[in-house]
Amino acid sequence: MNAVHRTIRFRLNGEAVSAEIPAHWNLVELLQNCFGLFGARESCAQGLCGCCTVLVNGRAVSGCLHLAALVDGAEVATIEQPAVDGGLDEVQKAFVEAGGFQCGFCTPGFILMTRQLLDENPDPSEDEIRHYLSGNLCRCATYPEIIKAVQLAARMRHSKA
Amino acid sequence: MAKATPPGTVGRSIPRLEASAKVTGRAEYVHNLRLPGMLYGKICRSTVAHGRIKRIDTSAAQALEGVHRIVTADDVRKVIPNPYYGPAFHDQPILAIDKVRYAGEPVAVVLATDPHVAEEAASLVAVEYEELPAVFDEVEAMTSKAVVHETLKPAGTFPDLKHLQGKKNTNVALDFHLRRGDVERSFKAADQVFEHTFRTQQVLHVPLEPFVSAADPGDSALTIYTASQSPSFVRIEIARLLGWPENKVRVKVPYLGGGFGAKLYIKLEALVVALALLARRPVKIALTMEEQFYTLTKHAATLRIKSGISKDGRVTARLCEIWWNGGAYADIGPRITQKSGFTAPGPYDIENVHIDSYALYTNLPPAGALRGFGIPQLVWAYESHTDLIARALTMDPVEFRRKNLLRNGRPQATGTVLKDAATDKVLERVAARMAWGKPFERGSGSVRRGRGIAIGIKASISPTTSVAIVNLYADGSCALYSSTVDMGQGSDTAMAQIVSEVLGIPIEAITVVHPDTDVTPYDMATLGSRSTYHMGNAVRRAAEDARDRLWAMAREVGLSAETTPIPDVFRKKYGMQAGNIVGTGSFIPSYAPTDHDTGQSENVTPFWMVGATGAEVEVDTETGQVRVTRMINVADVGTPINPHIVETQLSGAAIMQLGFTLSEKMTFSAGQCTNASLAAYKIPGLLDLPATIENEAVDSVETGGPFGAKGVGESGTFGVSPAIANAIEDAVGVRLMSLPLTAEAVYRALREKQGKPLEDD
Repeated sequence: MNAVHRTIRFRLNGEAVSAEIPAHWNLVELLQNCFGLFGARESCAQGLCGCCTVLVNGRAVSGCLHLAALVDGAEVATIEQPAVDGGLDEVQKAFVEAGGFQCGFCTPGFILMTRQLLDENPDPSEDEIRHYLSGNLCRCATYPEIIKAVQLAARMRHSKA
Repeated sequence: MAKATPPGTVGRSIPRLEASAKVTGRAEYVHNLRLPGMLYGKICRSTVAHGRIKRIDTSAAQALEGVHRIVTADDVRKVIPNPYYGPAFHDQPILAIDKVRYAGEPVAVVLATDPHVAEEAASLVAVEYEELPAVFDEVEAMTSKAVVHETLKPAGTFPDLKHLQGKKNTNVALDFHLRRGDVERSFKAADQVFEHTFRTQQVLHVPLEPFVSAADPGDSALTIYTASQSPSFVRIEIARLLGWPENKVRVKVPYLGGGFGAKLYIKLEALVVALALLARRPVKIALTMEEQFYTLTKHAATLRIKSGISKDGRVTARLCEIWWNGGAYADIGPRITQKSGFTAPGPYDIENVHIDSYALYTNLPPAGALRGFGIPQLVWAYESHTDLIARALTMDPVEFRRKNLLRNGRPQATGTVLKDAATDKVLERVAARMAWGKPFERGSGSVRRGRGIAIGIKASISPTTSVAIVNLYADGSCALYSSTVDMGQGSDTAMAQIVSEVLGIPIEAITVVHPDTDVTPYDMATLGSRSTYHMGNAVRRAAEDARDRLWAMAREVGLSAETTPIPDVFRKKYGMQAGNIVGTGSFIPSYAPTDHDTGQSENVTPFWMVGATGAEVEVDTETGQVRVTRMINVADVGTPINPHIVETQLSGAAIMQLGFTLSEKMTFSAGQCTNASLAAYKIPGLLDLPATIENEAVDSVETGGPFGAKGVGESGTFGVSPAIANAIEDAVGVRLMSLPLTAEAVYRALREKQGKPLEDD
């Protein structure tokens, strides 16, 4: 199988990077195989569970369905991107405090989607939280705690601002 | 992050030890593992449910560039001559030998450095089958001419399975019987007798981290990296298969992305070992979500239950017949049949009990443990049955349960006297939270409201062993070595809290060393809500042993044992920051096996779990849609070590069971699973949650447990399904006897009730 390779250049968590990759790789494979980043995880492989969530140009995509070659020239951010002060950001702190995870496999996806939700809507209602995060699945069903974590993160962002 | 917590952390809701690693995506899973020179394996699977393998043609696959090797059972036998494994029966081949017994069974593996190449090549392996008659239904399997296994092959280590050795022409892997009193005479004497048959469906664990294992053949010892709930079992079983001593097999387990009973015993481990030994290179196999559907399911079951009722509303006799659909390989099914089977009459005080419980082979994917070990199937039957009887007697369902409830001090069906099981508190707390005695708003028009309640009981699997080591360092920090697997249930944190409590050191001073069989001692497995009790006791003993040794060392060097800071004791003894104190602890509860003929035992379990659910539902009579508006989960978990984690376990278990109740069902056509993807198999998401979920751990103490605690991982599942079915009947007067309770099933039942039944598909 002689795969077509191509070279892509993009920004990854704020750093300029390049990679030579087979054209058929998805974004999760790119992050894992070339950069040792494992926070985006392939699970359902159909874009239904949210475990592979990655931000491309500031928008959440399913890394398992996103061709790696398409991030050429893009800004890519993953769960591994450190907060400005190097610690945890409000959303991460809120997930820790509210206990918004169990096995942790889906957690990066929930945190990235929660950041995007709060950027768009700093005061989401419980209904809005449920709808916005409905594309992320948690088989441990830590959902009630996740809702609390999102509400807590919103409050923490407000008190910081 | 939280500041250093003061010692004495048992009973407090401290955040999980690994919280930061999980929210930054840095937690270690086997999925992250890459080894130098590693090959990826992709599996070619059977396309028929039952058939003889006539020919395996690997030429097209082998011709693909980048294929390292293709492996079939013939190759496996070069490194493992007798390649059959399993926890109760040695019936499952590493790759199919001569025959396939279910659609999806592994037949061959392609190895390549590029997983895409391996996947393409696996699709090019051509297998010819001579199809054989197949059996799929568990009741038909009792008498079917289609026989899944030519000969029964129980593992030789269990005395209670010896009588099954070499049995032929049967699909019954194990039959369990319990006899107490005289049910036939009691049925004749009863005022009324009720009989119902219930069914449950095949469902799937769906851990979001699919099965994944890797093996590194090494020079003198083999290392297995696996997402497993049972590292000690994996080591012993792989050593048995290879004929090696235990010290040549090392099993390492990091965090699991969910387990729920799927990742127990041997799954991919024997396969990656055989492949790594053949290729003399590290081999990793990571299943896709689809392949999980061909690996392990939860038992579908048919349950017949019959009760005799006296004039004053007492259950005087109960007969239970259960047929468990075990699929093509026994896995742990026979133990479910037995060790959950004996609780089939439920948490009721019944003088005369008759149980027949059968583990059956069929040509479906193998079934095993799933969060409850058969209990949710049993509770589904006995709590639906209980409600049906109460309605027929025009007795209040809570009052009927109250009247018949099994309470501490009274014998359970096995004869074991109930102890530290807060059945009454659990029932009363659900009823109180639901304001059961008060009027209830019943809805109007096409949306009708109803409520239901259900309570279940479970014994712990016994007897099982846990061993722990506490290694105290000279600065007063320490490491806990335990083979309990943290798959999300929070065991690392709970065990560290126990060490913290005993040694009086902050939680931050404790590292939990993850399972590594060269380093961490034996543990039976992380299953059946056993870890808090069994490993918790072992950890407590190990910490107490370390503390006793520390105090002895303090006295030896002339310091006050209980008040001298730990670093000072070490410094006085060794003249500098040096040395270790190693404490060990092991735990195995006492146990009396059940009698083969009567199922009687005076000590069948070290502890009992009790869980109940109350549900309020809205049913749309025009569409059959059921909306659970309120779900109340109450359990006896003893005294929680970490109340927040306990609540999350209760709630998570109940929501998972909500999926098994309302939407989840594996569908099959000629034994082929037809909905093997999350697009077609619907697990609960945020939009499926009840508007209100309440959870409560009742005030309780488990006297044999560490600091009064016992297991909680499964208790939230027990009551969910029947509570909702009972609420549906309360709302619209129809009774569903099979799971799941889909809108279609409700609508069909409504139409039938109206005398206008819908045609079948």
